[in-house]
Amino acid sequence: MKNFKIITLALLVFISFTGCSDDDDVIPTPVNQEEVITTLTVTLTPLGGGTAVTLQTQDLDGDGPDAPEVTVSGNLTAGTTYNGVIVLLNETESPAENITEEVEEEADEHQFFYTIGSALDATTTYTSFDGNGNPLGIEFSLDTGVTSSGLLTFTLRHLPAKPNTGLANAGGETDIEATFNLVIQ
Amino acid sequence: MRVFIILLFVISSNIISSQNCNNIINGTVLDLHDNTILVDAKVLVVENNQEVLTNSLGEFTIVDLCNQTYTIKISHAFCIAQTYKIEITNNTKKVFRLEHHLEELNEIILEGKLSDITSETSLENKISKEELEKNSGKTLGDVLNNISGVSSLNTGNTIVKPIINGLHSSRVVVMNDGVRMEDQDWGAEHAPNIDINAIDNITVIKGASALKYSGNAIGGIIITETSKTPVKDSLYGKTITTVASNGRGGTATSQLTKTFKSGWYGNVQGTIKRFGDFNAPDYNLSNTGAFERSFSVRGGLNRFTSGIEASYSLYKVETGILRASHLGGAQDQIRAINNLEPLFIDDFTYNINSPKQDVAHHLFKIKGFKKFENLGRLDFQYSFQQNNRLEFDVRRGDDRDTPSLDLKLNTHTLLLDLDSKISETATIKLGLTGQYQTNFADPSTGIRRLIPDYSEYNLGAYAVLEKQINNKLLFELGARFDYTFLDALKFYRTSFWEDRAYDTIFQDIVVGEFGNQILVNPKLNFYNPSATIGLSYKIKENYKLLFNYSLASRAPNPSELFSEGLHHSASRIELGDLQFNSETAHKFSVTLQKSNANYSFTINPYINMITDFIVIEPIEVQQTIRGNFQVWEYRQTNARLIGVDIDGSLKLNDHFQYNHQFSIVKGKDVSRNDALINMPAASTRNSITYNNKKLNNLNLKLQSEYVFRQNEFPDNNFEVFVPETETLEIVDVSTPPDAYHLLSFNSSMDFKLNEKSSLTIGFNVSNALNTSYRNYLNRLRYYADDLGRDYSINLKINY
Repeated sequence: MKNFKIITLALLVFISFTGCSDDDDVIPTPVNQEEVITTLTVTLTPLGGGTAVTLQTQDLDGDGPDAPEVTVSGNLTAGTTYNGVIVLLNETESPAENITEEVEEEADEHQFFYTIGSALDATTTYTSFDGNGNPLGIEFSLDTGVTSSGLLTFTLRHLPAKPNTGLANAGGETDIEATFNLVIQ
Repeated sequence: MRVFIILLFVISSNIISSQNCNNIINGTVLDLHDNTILVDAKVLVVENNQEVLTNSLGEFTIVDLCNQTYTIKISHAFCIAQTYKIEITNNTKKVFRLEHHLEELNEIILEGKLSDITSETSLENKISKEELEKNSGKTLGDVLNNISGVSSLNTGNTIVKPIINGLHSSRVVVMNDGVRMEDQDWGAEHAPNIDINAIDNITVIKGASALKYSGNAIGGIIITETSKTPVKDSLYGKTITTVASNGRGGTATSQLTKTFKSGWYGNVQGTIKRFGDFNAPDYNLSNTGAFERSFSVRGGLNRFTSGIEASYSLYKVETGILRASHLGGAQDQIRAINNLEPLFIDDFTYNINSPKQDVAHHLFKIKGFKKFENLGRLDFQYSFQQNNRLEFDVRRGDDRDTPSLDLKLNTHTLLLDLDSKISETATIKLGLTGQYQTNFADPSTGIRRLIPDYSEYNLGAYAVLEKQINNKLLFELGARFDYTFLDALKFYRTSFWEDRAYDTIFQDIVVGEFGNQILVNPKLNFYNPSATIGLSYKIKENYKLLFNYSLASRAPNPSELFSEGLHHSASRIELGDLQFNSETAHKFSVTLQKSNANYSFTINPYINMITDFIVIEPIEVQQTIRGNFQVWEYRQTNARLIGVDIDGSLKLNDHFQYNHQFSIVKGKDVSRNDALINMPAASTRNSITYNNKKLNNLNLKLQSEYVFRQNEFPDNNFEVFVPETETLEIVDVSTPPDAYHLLSFNSSMDFKLNEKSSLTIGFNVSNALNTSYRNYLNRLRYYADDLGRDYSINLKINY
């Protein structure tokens, strides 16, 4: 008899315990991905004046299934020097967060690289540097050669080896890799 | 009370009638080691069957003895029974001392507890206390690796996750001293949160046949236990320190146990483990240090017919993850894989930086049992666990010291078990389990939740019948049913939600939209039956044949259901599926065992057929602003695992023994007729041991381990465009590394310090030839070699 009392008691504890109502109806707060870069905009302004060319890649869903939207506003002019400025934004936040500032603050831990496809006749030169005089590359200049078309890739590396001679020995990890199809005419 | 009954061989008595039969003997019974009084020792005079018990002072009196030689047998619960011949001529006073043995004591008290918990018809492998003590500085996974058929999925060398017969993570259940560990075990890089210094033995069951614990252990069950304490007044403990050259660190662990003859006992235990960067033969493995601390305390009352125990333990570990393994997209992967050395090598340091894991596991438990005459043994247990997992990535700006992942998993579990003998040859075990679990993912990480907030309810019931048909054949039959209800609140990216057509399939679970995210409330029910049937047949002396069939069924884990996003440490995007159902496994295993003093072996072939097996594999390459990432998606398929585990030992002479182990498993995706990913390669271990008990128990062991190359693997390679070279390059994430051979040496000697304490000194070398190798089942194999040579010294003091 006593045994059954104990079993019954244990069962009751058991049931009352597992029968607890859930209190998770509180709606959790959404996480807006911080420090994510959704948008890279490169503005190429011709030195002697004229229409600026804008290159943009925008990936609003980050690592979601949608591919980045890549746009190039127009063609480059042959034999011209352009001033290039890169802006990075996190547009998942409102207003959009400017990530370029963060990169500038940690200039010694970042570097942009410009990779020009062999078909495209152009060269680039760094015009912005970190505190140690090593390239940072938020600003640069682009010299176009003769009429041609090909790829220009921007790569941002976090924590690269500095100084380096290029992507091959820079190390670090890739924060951005954006390729644009350019036409020089 | 706690009188241990010993069967006596009745010695034919030759009572000689004598004139004087009024002699009295006054005796005292003491413990041989510490002279403590033995109360309730049973004193039997064989010749006339007179029996008395010692009083509270350990004294007894026997009257009416004649002038002759008597045989007196004295027995006590925690001592070896002893027989004395005494010639009685007049009144006699005598002190009797009984030998007290802890090991034997435990065998008596435990009442075959180990075989009780497991299945009688499937093979179980054990790791002893001595083995654990020798490996004090290692992880649970490292120690389990010594069992045939058990391997590990590693992330570096400090995150070691056991694989049983080719299966791991949610398919392997870890029972930590009676509590099922709930420590985010779904993650391939989440090691079990157990300090091996806090436990006294481990049993591994390869399969789901131990239904008492779970019905979803498709791979197997790992059971760790602590020894029971003796019922006597005593204070004992041990301290082990290990110093190792690789990692330039060590471990110190200590424990102290106080017991009382009333049955009360208490135990405290603590471990501290600290290692800096480990090294491969040719370079430093930057950021691979580890800092582990653990503490446990338990106390209770242990009686023959009832007992109660409360315990609390805290396990905290901070583990660095190889810096060179933290990558951006596929272009980084190509660089890392093609480079022979890691891309990031720094000088040795004890500092642990990002990427790293910082995990704390609290476990509180209260349990009790009572034995009822007509009913059997009833066990009750309540446990609460809290697992707090922080993972830190390499981040920018203000977020630098903010974890990328912050999960808090709380689990309450109730168990009720009844173990009943229904006849002389049959026992039945019945039980109920109830569990309530909540997961909270802290949004302040600024990274989208990998695992959503959820509540989960489990209810389970089981029954296992064991019947001894005759003295050769034992039959076992068991069934279990589990019900799981999962209530989650998950934010999906709207783009993913629509891409998967969830917006039409699951439109009624949407709670609201937040920017480009959508909040949904999936409520999922899973019903999981499991069963086991088995036979144990004694063919002839020393030969035994075991057969076991088990049906196991496992509900999908949160990662398989809810993943959708970039998994940093794997440099890939992982996608789960809300529509998964449970996977079901049918495992048949046969074991042939032979054991005698000189020669023994075990052969254990098995086949495991799993329907709706959840596997993750690559489907495509996805473009993001960070470059290209391979997308890995969970899908359900049918799988078949066939393998065999072989163990053998041969005693060459009094001092030398040879041991052999061989394991192989073949995993196949039956639906696609392709190999399963991450199956352990065949491996063999051979060792020669020299032991000399007379020479301070000198033990020398030379072991060779050969791991074959895994030749069966799915081809998951993919191509990406590399702008620098303007070429498409193959990212080789599939090809397994070459076979390797490792030699290791172990030695130990025992020294007696004084009456109560002893010292064991051990010296070990692992990877003695400093071989450079990579293991297919190390997730960091793409980036760096495995560990180089390691010398370690191990000191153990028992007191």
